[in-house]
Amino acid sequence: MLDYTTAEYFSRTGIVINPAKTCQPIGAMYAALGIHRCLPHSHGSQGCCSYHRMHLARHFRDPVMASTSSFTEGAAVFGGGSNLKTAIKNIFSIYDPDMIAVHTTCLSETIGDDIPTYIAQSQIPEGKYVIHANTPSYQGSHVTGFSAMVKAMVKYLSVNSDTPNGKLNIIPGFVNTGDMREIKRMLNLMGINYIMFPDTSGVLDAPLTGKYEMYPSGGTKIEDIIDAGNSLATVALGSFASAGGAEELRKKAKVRPMVLNTPIGVRGTDKFLLAVSRATGQEIPAELEEERGQLIDVMADLHSHYHGKKVAIFGDPDVVIGLTAFLLELGMIPRYVLTGTPGEVFEREVKQMLQAAGVDGVTKSAGDLFSLHQWIKAEPVDLLMGTTYGKYIARAEDIPLVRVGFPILDRGVHSYMPILGYKGALRLIEMISNALLDRQDRDAQDEDLELMM
Amino acid sequence: MLKEKVNGILDKYPASVYKNRKQHILVVDHESDNPQTITANTRTIPGIITSRGCCYAGCKGVVIGPLKDVVTITHGPIGCGYYSWGTRRNKARVDEGGDYNYLNYCFSTDLQEKDIVFGGEKKLKQAIDEVVQLLHPPTIMICSTCPVGLIGDDINAVAAWAEKEYQIRVMAFSCEGYKGVTQSAGHHIANNGLMKYVIGTGDEPAGQYSLNILGEYNIGGDGWEVERILKKIGYEITAVMTGNGSVKTLQNAHKANLNLVQCHRSINYIAEMINTKYGTDWLKVNYIGVQATVDSLRSVARYFDDPGLIARTEEVIAEELAEVMPTIEKYRKLCEGKTAAMYVGGSRALSYQDLFSDLGMETILAGFEFAHRDDYEGRDVIPFIKEDADSKNIENLVIEPDDQHYRLVLPREKYEQLKNEIPLNYFGGMIKEMRNDSVVIDDINHHEIDEFIRVLKPDIFCAGIKEKYQIHKAGIFSKQLHSYDYSGPYAGFKGAAIFARDIAMGLATPVWSLVKPPWKTEPALEGHYVEEVV
Repeated sequence: MLDYTTAEYFSRTGIVINPAKTCQPIGAMYAALGIHRCLPHSHGSQGCCSYHRMHLARHFRDPVMASTSSFTEGAAVFGGGSNLKTAIKNIFSIYDPDMIAVHTTCLSETIGDDIPTYIAQSQIPEGKYVIHANTPSYQGSHVTGFSAMVKAMVKYLSVNSDTPNGKLNIIPGFVNTGDMREIKRMLNLMGINYIMFPDTSGVLDAPLTGKYEMYPSGGTKIEDIIDAGNSLATVALGSFASAGGAEELRKKAKVRPMVLNTPIGVRGTDKFLLAVSRATGQEIPAELEEERGQLIDVMADLHSHYHGKKVAIFGDPDVVIGLTAFLLELGMIPRYVLTGTPGEVFEREVKQMLQAAGVDGVTKSAGDLFSLHQWIKAEPVDLLMGTTYGKYIARAEDIPLVRVGFPILDRGVHSYMPILGYKGALRLIEMISNALLDRQDRDAQDEDLELMM
Repeated sequence: MLKEKVNGILDKYPASVYKNRKQHILVVDHESDNPQTITANTRTIPGIITSRGCCYAGCKGVVIGPLKDVVTITHGPIGCGYYSWGTRRNKARVDEGGDYNYLNYCFSTDLQEKDIVFGGEKKLKQAIDEVVQLLHPPTIMICSTCPVGLIGDDINAVAAWAEKEYQIRVMAFSCEGYKGVTQSAGHHIANNGLMKYVIGTGDEPAGQYSLNILGEYNIGGDGWEVERILKKIGYEITAVMTGNGSVKTLQNAHKANLNLVQCHRSINYIAEMINTKYGTDWLKVNYIGVQATVDSLRSVARYFDDPGLIARTEEVIAEELAEVMPTIEKYRKLCEGKTAAMYVGGSRALSYQDLFSDLGMETILAGFEFAHRDDYEGRDVIPFIKEDADSKNIENLVIEPDDQHYRLVLPREKYEQLKNEIPLNYFGGMIKEMRNDSVVIDDINHHEIDEFIRVLKPDIFCAGIKEKYQIHKAGIFSKQLHSYDYSGPYAGFKGAAIFARDIAMGLATPVWSLVKPPWKTEPALEGHYVEEVV
């Protein structure tokens, strides 16, 4: 497995080997799926749309609907205007969405297609919307693509109509449906009126009823995104995926932005609850305090399972930053912390955390899994945390892998289960602890196999 | 009646879409006066929720990707390389005696905005340099993505430079996603490259009963099962294109005495070009299905016409059948009488019909995603297929017989006679194989899948991951026939037994009886009879 990887590390500027990111359009597609009755549309070759749909369908094991401009060589030479206008007409008459969310690709960006003009020239039925985000694949990553589409939602839809709604906006970031449900559960327990967008729960975790619904019941309502301009404040969870949308709301509608880390672990969740409590004046209820206490109880009881273990973590920047903070709370050592997404902010923030905790760790943005593997070869870790792509390294180096983040292609149910909030932290502890103990059990001599651990 | 229902499905479309889609659908009628025709390999209508992919996916993803001793560098932004990394299940392992296997790796130049503006050649050269330093591969292949073609990077020049610089084989494939109308264009480009630069460059001799297996990508280990059977009979496998394949073996492919073609769509170009250049015949086989495998093995033996080989073939068939038939019979009981619909690629929607028929299941709808008219109507139609702007963009190599290596394995007379008995250098297509009143549909889309499920009510709908969950939501089992839902092999004898188990499992799994909550079918409120006391 990965037999050609050696520990001799040198810095590369040409080749990426085993990437830890993918391109912007899939993030835009994922965000757009979080709007009720919205059809994402990929403006480019049909292969892009196909790849993104496949990848999301594999992670969520649910239908992922999106259309494409199906460029041919002719469109690549003469521009994609005619393809987009035909597509918009066909989509409204055949699929009847309330909104089409167009995102671009490296192809349409390289030829410089002017999407706003094409949209203006299109036939859009009364009461329907077409929005767009520029998501060239040669910039950022799938996470920034998500951010670009969230910004586009605000830009096209949100309005401050001088009618304060008393609600709190929440931008959850590029997280699972289970996490989005967990955020809503916490806000509901606090009695907060909120507008969360995008919200893929109810879309990518829709029930099997025997009747296929192209537009399941979930997703943020368009009127709520419009109304987001009248809200008290915007809580953006994760600076990479969500700060852009919050900032856009400030610029466009003067809604106060509050950018927080993705609420993973004790303090991450504490900060989130405090922030939303202060912004709305709603108290943090006993139920949530009880959940926190349960989490602390478990951490005290189980610390010996994981304290002091070295971990390599990789994945999307917002989630990895949150996870790193939590691992430090658990007394673990995040030895290598890597994201494929470019952005020095990531390195700065992780370094700060590690330094504050007195941990000697290596961190890298715009990195790849080949580098991560080389580091591990040079100095091994006890645990690997990241996406399914980590399984090659896990096998090559015989390290247990805890699957967390996007994408997870080889296990089910994960997308229904949160890693956010106190409940999510409990689940993370269970996964981490079990992975380490399963390894201990596997490796133990007969006489050392423990009944109680 | 069925025809009216089909028209009803299309009624929702705007006029231009209606007119277009109507030409891609037919209801099989073997009594019709003229052979039935279908439109295929034409542009997808923009906005339609199609499952089709792109040229890059066909070239790098399908044909080039499985070559294990090659470092394939995707030249472009990160997505294309990333998505084609490990997602197709083309298995490979290092052969005994040492070899290379780079298939756990993904290589991309991850082009950034400045590369798009100033050109990506410099970064590609740097990438090759780093790959050579780190991994020392014997061959590098470069596959380009959409923007590379637009900014005009000369990947052929970079390949030529790298060959000289590093003294290894370096090849370039200009398979930008926008070329052609589907993955199929990419198959053709990959076929051309392998023919130009690999096949015929080796000189390892091949034995009398040597075969190449073409259009076999070793998904879930299919190729290994086919190889196992052929080797058991006594054949020598020179090269497999391209599952578990390698440049090392492919370069000697011209030495084999017969080419077996499994997936006609993706590899027929090479089969034809080898035939023209080296005189090697190709035989259309199908190792999907028990009876199909038996028939194919007999055809191969018939080609070589050696009494010992024919006898050995029968022996192996008998042994293999004795082993798998009890299992297949057991599962057949659970499947018999059920109906299947299939929408897959450019070959499997036909080849799997044989396997379903082994299980007593009838195929009532079948469609391809990127096939051409010959895959539906048979190769006789090829001279009548009109070239359009999209197909003209894909190079047709002009091949001449090779002075040194051209030879005929069969004397002409014998060839002429045998041609009537086995599918030699010929493929008859899907339509002829299907029952009257079954539906043949090209590039079926989201709306049509939904509607055909309603109209035809198949018991199982085989497709890919983009369709699978839509079909499940409708309460119908969907088996992925691209990735086999991570099971397999499904080819050959052992594969047929695994397929039988998987299909029976999918149909019999209790979940389908649990879909409706009891309160939807039974009254939730209970009344009590209370005796009145006077």
